[in-house]
Amino acid sequence: MNDVVWIFVSALLINNFVLAYFLGLCPFLGVSQRLDTAFRLGLATIFVMLITALCAWFLNTYILIHAPYLRLISFIVVIASTVQFIEMVIKKLSPPLFKALGIFLPLITTNCAILGLAIFATNKGYDFVEGMSYALGAGLGFTLALVLMAGLREETELAEVPRLIRGTALNLIIAGILSMAFMGFAGLFSTA
Amino acid sequence: MTQKKQDAYHEFIKGLWRDNPVFVQVLGMCPMLAVTNSAVNALAMGGATFFVLVTSSFLVSSLKRWIPKQVRISTYIIIIATFVTVTDFTLEALVPGIHKELGAFIPLIVANCMILGRQEAFASRHSVRLAVVDALGMASGFMFALFSLGAVREILGEGALFGFKLFGENFEPWVIMILPPGGFLTLGLLLLFFNWLKERKDNLIQRLDDMEVKAR
Repeated sequence: MNDVVWIFVSALLINNFVLAYFLGLCPFLGVSQRLDTAFRLGLATIFVMLITALCAWFLNTYILIHAPYLRLISFIVVIASTVQFIEMVIKKLSPPLFKALGIFLPLITTNCAILGLAIFATNKGYDFVEGMSYALGAGLGFTLALVLMAGLREETELAEVPRLIRGTALNLIIAGILSMAFMGFAGLFSTA
Repeated sequence: MTQKKQDAYHEFIKGLWRDNPVFVQVLGMCPMLAVTNSAVNALAMGGATFFVLVTSSFLVSSLKRWIPKQVRISTYIIIIATFVTVTDFTLEALVPGIHKELGAFIPLIVANCMILGRQEAFASRHSVRLAVVDALGMASGFMFALFSLGAVREILGEGALFGFKLFGENFEPWVIMILPPGGFLTLGLLLLFFNWLKERKDNLIQRLDDMEVKAR
């Protein structure tokens, strides 16, 4: 049990996918202009990550033991098609939920954070429960980083920033400072 | 130079400098910041991406006639994933040390939006020759960017380049530069530098234009 909690906190704060592993940077820099969009993208990512962890666990346990060299290709194909399928189901069953997450789902599927999650979970040899808690932690961590970034960016819109640094350069430097702040969490469990 | 050669040269230089995938288009950042904590890792990652980009551009442009429009993106991804798997196993066999250090970031080359972008924007609608030249240029540009990032981070973070110490005993390394925040900060500052270069060039062109108008 303790392990599961530890995996969750580690993925959420200490080894945050965006700020420590640099995964999912494209949406992190691209879709963080506004707070509410960022939040919805985060929710959609958590959702896709849980499905991914499920698919990856299933593939690893039942299919890929026979053909490990097909890992990468099967991960991409299976995850992308499952998400596509679930997107259609949501569209049919719950239009409001589709409206909230819909446009982001296909965008996220080919995001490196999703594939990274599947690969990291495989490399670390997580079982089903550990894998799910890892996915939840990583998804929440991604959302946290995205929402913090969007908040900071909304502030910089109003601030007086030299014209030359505006845009990606400024966002990267903000991300650097955020990442530095998150490094502080590394000491969180050192006594335990 | 004949027109044909000039075209090829133009496509090559475009990737290396004017439309550099990292510094100008800001693409393919995920695998790039994570592995650029030393110049050697950066070059290995650049080499792997180079191979994948050039081979998949070649295959996509030669198969473009037979790839149906509706499933083209999935086809590109499967082609790219195949070459990434090849690269992954080759590196594991040839240089196990570097392979271990790059770890999960080699399979993640698949998710590099720069590679997929080149297939969609260029390789699928040009001849094999031009597509390969374009891929060579883009890949060299990517490698150049990775190397400059890795070199800056290694020099400041460890006071070394390729493992050779550059400074005397008294140099206090900026450890932050080889940790994750250093990646963000270095890339931010490099982008700033490139913005400045571009601004200076634009100003120069503007001034030349003004002079021309006055001369008339």
